[in-house]
Amino acid sequence: MQAENFLVAAVLAGLTIAVPPRAVSQGSTPAATTPAPATPAPAAQVAPGTGGRRFGGFVPGQHRPPGDPVQIAHGKALFAVNCVSCHGVDLRGGDLGGPNLLRSHVSLSDQNGELILPIIQGSRQDEGMPAIPIDPQDGLAVAAYIRSVVETIGSQGRPPSLGKEAPSILVGDASTGQAYFTAKCGSCHSATGDLQGIAARITDPKILQTNWVAGGGRRRRMPAPGAASPRTATVSVTLASGEKVEGRLIRIDDFLVTVGLADGAVRTFRRDEDVPKVEVHDPMKAHRDLMAVYTDKDIHDVTAYLVTLK
Amino acid sequence: MTIGKMLLAALCMLSPALLTGQSGRGVDPADLRKPLKDSWPTYSGDYTGKRYSALDQINQSTVKHLTLAWMTQVTPGNRQGSRGFGRPPIIVGGEGPGDINVGGGTIKASALEVDGVLYFTMPDNAWAVDARDGSELWHYFWKTKGGTHIGNRGLGMWHQTLFMETPDDYLVALDAQTGKERWHKGIADLSQGYFSTPAPVVVGNHVLVGTGDDIDAPGFVQSFDPETGDVQWKFFTVPMKKGDPGMDSWGSVDAARHGGGQAWVPGVYDPETNLYIFSTGNPTPAFTTGTRGTGDNLFTCAVVAVNVDTGKMAWYYSTSPHDMHDYDSAQTPVLVDAMFNGKMRKLLLTAARNGYYFTLDRVTGEHLVSTKYGVYTNWAKGLNEKGAPIYDPEKNATVAGSLVSPTSDGTTNWEPASYSPDTGLLYVAQHNDYSIFYLLDVDPRGSMGLGGKEEAQVGSGGSFLTAIDYTNGKIAWERPYYGDGGGGGLLTTAGKLLFAGDGAGNLVAHDVANGKPLWHTRIGDVSNAPQTFMLDGHQYLIAATGDTLWSFLLY
Repeated sequence: MQAENFLVAAVLAGLTIAVPPRAVSQGSTPAATTPAPATPAPAAQVAPGTGGRRFGGFVPGQHRPPGDPVQIAHGKALFAVNCVSCHGVDLRGGDLGGPNLLRSHVSLSDQNGELILPIIQGSRQDEGMPAIPIDPQDGLAVAAYIRSVVETIGSQGRPPSLGKEAPSILVGDASTGQAYFTAKCGSCHSATGDLQGIAARITDPKILQTNWVAGGGRRRRMPAPGAASPRTATVSVTLASGEKVEGRLIRIDDFLVTVGLADGAVRTFRRDEDVPKVEVHDPMKAHRDLMAVYTDKDIHDVTAYLVTLK
Repeated sequence: MTIGKMLLAALCMLSPALLTGQSGRGVDPADLRKPLKDSWPTYSGDYTGKRYSALDQINQSTVKHLTLAWMTQVTPGNRQGSRGFGRPPIIVGGEGPGDINVGGGTIKASALEVDGVLYFTMPDNAWAVDARDGSELWHYFWKTKGGTHIGNRGLGMWHQTLFMETPDDYLVALDAQTGKERWHKGIADLSQGYFSTPAPVVVGNHVLVGTGDDIDAPGFVQSFDPETGDVQWKFFTVPMKKGDPGMDSWGSVDAARHGGGQAWVPGVYDPETNLYIFSTGNPTPAFTTGTRGTGDNLFTCAVVAVNVDTGKMAWYYSTSPHDMHDYDSAQTPVLVDAMFNGKMRKLLLTAARNGYYFTLDRVTGEHLVSTKYGVYTNWAKGLNEKGAPIYDPEKNATVAGSLVSPTSDGTTNWEPASYSPDTGLLYVAQHNDYSIFYLLDVDPRGSMGLGGKEEAQVGSGGSFLTAIDYTNGKIAWERPYYGDGGGGGLLTTAGKLLFAGDGAGNLVAHDVANGKPLWHTRIGDVSNAPQTFMLDGHQYLIAATGDTLWSFLLY
């Protein structure tokens, strides 16, 4: 898919499940992260059959005329009797191998049954779709029902029903995870110190896992001017005069560096290659460096251990 | 000054269109075969995709004298009231109701520079501005019926006709002098989720048009007649029926017909072989195999060459067989004639979104080189016999989560790379972010579209301006970015300069030899690839930040 879609689609849909834009990288500030929600976001912001213009569906802004609720309900009943065994309760394909109707070009393009009805009546028998012996009005009702479900497809084609609920993410071994934690994380973190009760504070294991891998959650308070949190990058700037300025790193690029001083003042310095000398100390660097080291099993084991810290 | 001259001057002030644009002859298709120099008549500047300009007035010595010539902020939509004095009326087209506003107000397009006029776009909007002073000559607004308004890569031009694709899947032909519509034709069915973003590429009497879609729909490229808008041919990027090439790489005909492979960035053209060469997006459903089968899912995530006159495929090369992370291979390839193993070869270079770099023979599609250029790229377990990465099933989205670099945004994305014949290096922005991919949809039928997973970005191993040696795929040098650098794409010039945004609010001129910054200006985050052209004997440099186009000049 096209890159920037994530954000656009998420904003349009009013969803919480979004990947943030690329984190600020290169050793300056901690990477941004969005904790995962505990449950899948709603597929779309409309109820079947309501029609109208949608900003969160898979065709943002498109106007679809509202369906007739009575006709849709009738079509749903007929679908259950005649279609479910091949096309599935959720229209994504059934036990007898019928195709997914929610990504079918016919269902997507159908306006008033003009594409669906002929197929119900037998125009695709040579492709294995039998003629269904129902009268045309009933066939149009089935088409209306299919369209009403198509309306609920989520952004970027996400199915309205996500199928079976995903099993727990907890597959790791807690004691192996504890050993790993002690060896790799123990120099900065402690189960009886900063992480005491972490699983009570973050009760969803998935959010807990995402947060610890990222090195922190979303609700990161902005430190007060001059104050530094344990995650704050600091910088020391040594001027040509020998003066050394130290403080919170506010921003840095090839040309400027901006330092927040302990008294709340902010100073920006011009950079000309190595002058002045700039040293960044980023406490989150260790977290980022570990990402190239962890196996997924390490991550799952540590998560299994951390969920025991209630 | 005579009274006549005064009158003329007054007229010109009132209506810049009278002064410019009228005398131009537009773009003769033969012009597009010339290497990029004075003007910028097609998306990549020329057909090669190198984005290397032969201009050298701005060079390593003079670049420090670059001065702001003008900046122009444009207002998308049909908001006549707030537009101020002196702007021309908005020309309105489109079949939508006129009140759908779904965003997209950023210039990601490459502008065309022809006869002293710049033509550029946002989704639903096209502008002509005077390249000498940035004043607006006309603004065309398309009333949309909806669709994903993620971006628009710009215009194609054939003589005095411009071509624009719209998010609701129309190809619109505009008169370059007036901005008035000549015709519009449907590209695809909006109801099937298609949305169209590429800049059309004109080759001879063909207007080559791709489109996009995120649900399970087949990708295709179409060729339109520039005068009538009739479809000349349509090439599907996935097999559509039994017996079509590539069908044995899919689990079923139904899976192939819903297999994706959208051609959503402009391609390049090789006049000697008459091949239009473009690249395709992810297979669908993107994050689950489902009914896709175990094969390569051709011709998704591939470089594909088709004959421009017939629309028949000459060759393909799969850069991400059976992709599982939405790593569209949708990068504009780069065509280079250069030495390879002691022989002059007709080459194609591409640094793919999946973190792998490839050198191919562009006549045959023969694979020559592949390397991993994303330093933390971890989703593959080696290369197959054709040199393409083999996906590691352990790194697919899993219920318990799998830590993968790059993210689905890729090591690079649509932002065009650049190649300098002076150095023999391909330049690309390299991003090494990590995501945890959680599988939500465990249904054995597979999910749909880009659904069924949750992607949580958890950090970055850094971004780099990266120079790749095409002869061996090795990184010649890389320079760390403080921000998300190279965001809009890159430009190299015969002035031995490489221009790009640095993602930290600067437009930067780098030394092509080592990446050292030689000039910068703090205009904000650059949203398209910098471009250059020559006017009145002076070289201009332009770049966009959001809704603003900036023009720099050596006076």
